[in-house]
Amino acid sequence: MTRPPILTVRNLNVRFPIRAAFGRKVGEIAAVDDVTFDLGDGEILGLVGESGCGKSTLGKTVMGIQQPDSGDIVFEGNNVAGQSPKQARAQRSRLQYAYQDPGASLDPRWRIGRSLEEPLIIHTDLGGKARKEKVSEVLASVGLPKSHLDLFPHEISGGQQRRVGLARILMLNPRVVILDEPTAGLDVSVQATVLNLFRDLREKFDLTYMFISHDLSVVQMMCHRVAVMYLGRIVEIGRTEDIFNNPQHPYTQSLLAAIPRINGPRVTENFWLKGEPPDASRLPQGCRFQSRCPHVQPLCLAEDPPLRSHGAHAAACHFAGEVSPPRTKESAQ
Amino acid sequence: MSQPLLKVDGLSLGFRGDGGFAHILDGVNVTIQPGEIMGLVGESGCGKTTLARAVLGVLPRNGLQIRGGAIRLRDIDMLSHEPAEVGRQNRVRGRKVTFIPQDPFTSLNPVLTIGEQIDDLMKWKSPLRDPDERSYWPTLLRPYPRAARKADREKVMETLDEVQLPQPAQILKKYPHEVSGGQRQRLMIAMALLPEPELIIADEPTTALDVTIQAQILGVLRKLASDRGVAVMLTTHDLGSAYEICDAITVMYAGQEVEAAPVGSFFNAPAHPYTAKLLASRPDAGGSMTGIPGELPNFYAPPAGCRFITRCDRATERCTIRPEPTRFAAGHVARCYHPLTAPESDRKEKRA
Repeated sequence: MTRPPILTVRNLNVRFPIRAAFGRKVGEIAAVDDVTFDLGDGEILGLVGESGCGKSTLGKTVMGIQQPDSGDIVFEGNNVAGQSPKQARAQRSRLQYAYQDPGASLDPRWRIGRSLEEPLIIHTDLGGKARKEKVSEVLASVGLPKSHLDLFPHEISGGQQRRVGLARILMLNPRVVILDEPTAGLDVSVQATVLNLFRDLREKFDLTYMFISHDLSVVQMMCHRVAVMYLGRIVEIGRTEDIFNNPQHPYTQSLLAAIPRINGPRVTENFWLKGEPPDASRLPQGCRFQSRCPHVQPLCLAEDPPLRSHGAHAAACHFAGEVSPPRTKESAQ
Repeated sequence: MSQPLLKVDGLSLGFRGDGGFAHILDGVNVTIQPGEIMGLVGESGCGKTTLARAVLGVLPRNGLQIRGGAIRLRDIDMLSHEPAEVGRQNRVRGRKVTFIPQDPFTSLNPVLTIGEQIDDLMKWKSPLRDPDERSYWPTLLRPYPRAARKADREKVMETLDEVQLPQPAQILKKYPHEVSGGQRQRLMIAMALLPEPELIIADEPTTALDVTIQAQILGVLRKLASDRGVAVMLTTHDLGSAYEICDAITVMYAGQEVEAAPVGSFFNAPAHPYTAKLLASRPDAGGSMTGIPGELPNFYAPPAGCRFITRCDRATERCTIRPEPTRFAAGHVARCYHPLTAPESDRKEKRA
């Protein structure tokens, strides 16, 4: 990407307090912990990680739904971190968030047409006729027939609900769209058509996507760059080819090893990653992957590795580039 | 081949709803051999879960009509209402056929500890005691003698160890919300294994889990099933996890099984156009990733012939007549007049 980044996130922190009786603070969860990245104009950045790793919180913070505790979010040259809701409203039309479940985010008692028109009423001063025209134009571009305007959300299928959700976002000509698990819960046949639609719309409307997903094969196919998150921190970021062909962080290596590859060896026969992520409120000192890492060294227990560049991409591991995934269960022990 | 463990033969059933009669299953045939892991694959709404529930006998009674066909587990007719046959059904249900639910978050009681719930399971379904044991006690007051409880507890600890739950003794004292999703699913697998079943019906056991946890859980399920010789019917919409652990795969579409094949020929030589399109829709398949345009047919008025006719690009006049399962190779059948590979009968003719 030669164009300047459209969105820059610097040292972003979001913490959630854990409260006991009478609101006494007994601890906190670092949902987003010192996250820094750039989003180039027109690129698709994938954000992957297990549930609870802070992917959605990061997306919502960038959108301004969640207030950050510290750090900067620079969108089109303005720092938008910590804006009041009123200030944030002005930028909403340029930065949009597509929710995970559009079926739940559409009003069940509103016809599709009314839901699609609502953003135009709030953000623009178009007249009734101009609004109707815009609605049918965008509806056609997401591949839905005009007759759908008079249907209720429960009358259309999951794939169509996603198209409606997307149409609603496109109403205001945004620059950046944050897609939160856009294919979760869709069948593989529908998923393919929805992903193709995302690609077409990106070209047609000149969009930039932040693509939050836990499905690595979808991310591999869709994204230019990928950021891997683990317990609130980006542990590896780089171009998709580099991440998938030459992963440096042991967590990324384990994620890639866990994807079932049809006609490849069965990963369940000797999957080497043991255990589950630790409690996010009681992170260990040092590297946060230490409890599951097969290569753990004394240095990993003492010192938290920062995100450092290793050639083309960056990884947060003391031994990035030196470790490779264990071949079998036996060699890991 | 030996006698199959489960044989679903031409099962047709549906529900009476507002729009008339909904044909949910239409002449489904499924066979599971003892010890086999069979994947039941299909899109949402194709009847996977209905079939799984029919085998367990837990379909909602409201508006249900069984229009024909049979479900046989060994020699027990699972659909019969004869008192003697119902007695035999009740003896195997929960003992010889058990269930792993899709969602481990809602299938445990939040106000009881995990240990209490496992005790309750073992009190009624322990393999160490005779299911026909008579008792003077009314059902709700039936005691759980200390000796029996102790014997069962040993077995529980053994099984929890086998599903690789860390610190099983502590986990039994915890409430469901205190353990993680992966651990809850391990518990569900343990609870399904405890009555020593011959068939486990696993309804999308890993959809709620992350990819690394999914790999661990599928590994545990496959290992335990093959170690103990338990057959598994795994319903899933994820072709990758079906590939990981299954011996054979049955694809369902709109209430019919359209293709059944051993895992190797399923992924390398699919016969039915729907299977081929499903495989090509995977994002990691390479190529154009076309998806399948169109939608499932209406269940109130399904097409009379091939149910895939509305979305198939190989459809012809002939497809308006209902296709019957055709044999392609050993254990490989499909319902299609225009398959992608030649059926066995054609090949024999050519050779002759």
